[in-house]
Amino acid sequence: VDTAVLLSMIVATAPPVIFAVLGETICERAGVINLGLDGMLVLSAMTSFAAAATTGSLAVGFLAGAAVGILVALVLAIGTLTLRQSQFAIGFVLTLLCRDLAYVLGRSFEHQAGPQVAPLSLPGLASVPVLGPIFFQQNMLVYAALACVFATWFYLYHTQAGLRLCGLGENPQAAFARGVNVVRQRYLYVCLGGALTGLGGAAFSLFVRPGWCRPDGITGTGWIALAIVIFGGWHPVRAALGACLFVALQILAVRWQGALPSGIPSQLLTCIPFPLMIFALLLVTLTRSEGTQRVLARLPTGLRNVIERFLNILKATPPAALGRDFKRD
Amino acid sequence: MRWRPVALRLGAVLVAVLLTLPIVAVCGVTPAEGWASLVNGACGSIDKFGYVLATAAPLLLCAAGLLIAFSAGLWNIGVEGQVVLGAVAAFAVLRAPWAVEHPIVANLGAAVAAWLAGAVWALVTAVLKTRGGIHEIFGGLALNFAAAGVTLYLILGPWKRPGVGSTSGSVPVRETLWLPALGEWNLSVVELLLPIVALIAAAVLLKGTYFGLRLKALGANGRAAERLGVPVRRNLTIALCASGALAGLAGWLLIVGVSAQHNLHSEISGGFGYLALLLVLLANMRARWCVPLALLFAVLLRGGLQLSMDHGLDSSVGGVLQGVLVLAALFASGLVAKWQLSGRGEGEK
Repeated sequence: VDTAVLLSMIVATAPPVIFAVLGETICERAGVINLGLDGMLVLSAMTSFAAAATTGSLAVGFLAGAAVGILVALVLAIGTLTLRQSQFAIGFVLTLLCRDLAYVLGRSFEHQAGPQVAPLSLPGLASVPVLGPIFFQQNMLVYAALACVFATWFYLYHTQAGLRLCGLGENPQAAFARGVNVVRQRYLYVCLGGALTGLGGAAFSLFVRPGWCRPDGITGTGWIALAIVIFGGWHPVRAALGACLFVALQILAVRWQGALPSGIPSQLLTCIPFPLMIFALLLVTLTRSEGTQRVLARLPTGLRNVIERFLNILKATPPAALGRDFKRD
Repeated sequence: MRWRPVALRLGAVLVAVLLTLPIVAVCGVTPAEGWASLVNGACGSIDKFGYVLATAAPLLLCAAGLLIAFSAGLWNIGVEGQVVLGAVAAFAVLRAPWAVEHPIVANLGAAVAAWLAGAVWALVTAVLKTRGGIHEIFGGLALNFAAAGVTLYLILGPWKRPGVGSTSGSVPVRETLWLPALGEWNLSVVELLLPIVALIAAAVLLKGTYFGLRLKALGANGRAAERLGVPVRRNLTIALCASGALAGLAGWLLIVGVSAQHNLHSEISGGFGYLALLLVLLANMRARWCVPLALLFAVLLRGGLQLSMDHGLDSSVGGVLQGVLVLAALFASGLVAKWQLSGRGEGEK
């Protein structure tokens, strides 16, 4: 297969996963794990298609997706930030509940025709030799996803508000002492994360696989997105790259179906990206383990430095207060 | 004070019912019709009630295991895959040619195999956690996907029906290998007693032994427990494996239970593990609440199926009821904690 075609396919299919990992990165940077990500994606995908198919308007579809994301995020925020229940518990319930809700409410919209995002080449940029076909002969959705990656990166690392956001997840007590209203700010970022995730769901049902049916093809993606956020070390650009890697695995799995030896059923390949992605996490966490350090200590200095530099790229530490309840004292 | 938790849960059930009414209404079913279908599907006849009890059995087995994992602070989300692997192992033993001649030996062997397979599948999660630093949620999820892959491979590959293989599953095991039905009921003694025994054993283990105490110490504060000399890795591993072993047994019931399909198919667990997690959350991790709540969940599941068939809804409608119920219960306990705090003043935080 032509590499450029493959790359442009990856970029075209990645927006749902990119939006989801960005949303989760922001949420976790603020110290809240949204374990309900998977259900949120499924429900917003269903709702945005239903809204777009009913009104005939793509904009309404995307708005509906974002609104559902915010609504589910609000439930998570109220349960964990105001009522101080376990983030795992609320998130897990939400993920199952939202998925089932999507199936029940979406039944009458299955296998219907609806609007979908049209291609739009960016004039000028589209004719750049290599990058043009890959990045700039896509559609608004892809450009928006790429812009969001950049915007999130800029916000986190180059603005004061972004610094405060990271403070919420690293040391909320200190942020509180500096006069930050921790709970209100966390509400804000959980909802922002929900909105982005909702857009991800909309991107799926309005472009990547237009329509709604069962199996929907997006269930499970949210769990992978959660893993990708760790894999990406809570960094938006790395997380987006991880999202592309996962999408690439999915595409390749479909492509390679024909190349399997006859004894192996081809359906199996579509299961593989999921465990593979999660075992990629092993790479990241192994860099921190004692065993790795012990092996490294025995190596000659030159080799050790090279390996350590490589491992440092992969290294990721979670926000220190991630998943913890915030108490003022 | 003792009436409070009870009132709390009843209130949560009420709120949950009120919340689900508009959802059902959107689908064009009036509350009365919905209620009638639900009750009829769950308790309309002896047979239907037998199904409810048979559904509650694997749920309770998983719940008993999850109680152990939760008390050590572990989120054994891999329970779903452990059920599946248990079913795979049980089926592997029962499909052997000699099994038909020695049904009792074969079934005991299948139960042990399922028990072991669940434990081994959980052991992988445990090793990933204690040695690789991967949170048990992600390790468990990966193994759930992997378990689904294993099943798919087996029913489409080596264990496929003669002729054409499909996701509808393998050839069922012989009828002589099914658990014997209890009189008129489509239910066996094993399905009734095994979960109760497992639940009591788990409760005794957690309440009455040093091991249980150590797990609780780990769950409450892992670092402090380690300083006090609790072997963290070993205890976490044992807790996860115990949890997986019970889930594996649930998988065995899904193959040999009286009203089961008796074959391996792609939806062999169909979310029982996840449902058991919800159940334990709703029971607030108390063993004694698990039995009535497992019955309630089973009623919602079977009744929900009837409801969806009667009115052309999606079969997930029972799941919506269960989800709203658990969410309402979590919110209710958060609310009560908040009221109690504000009642006592801020000083007691």
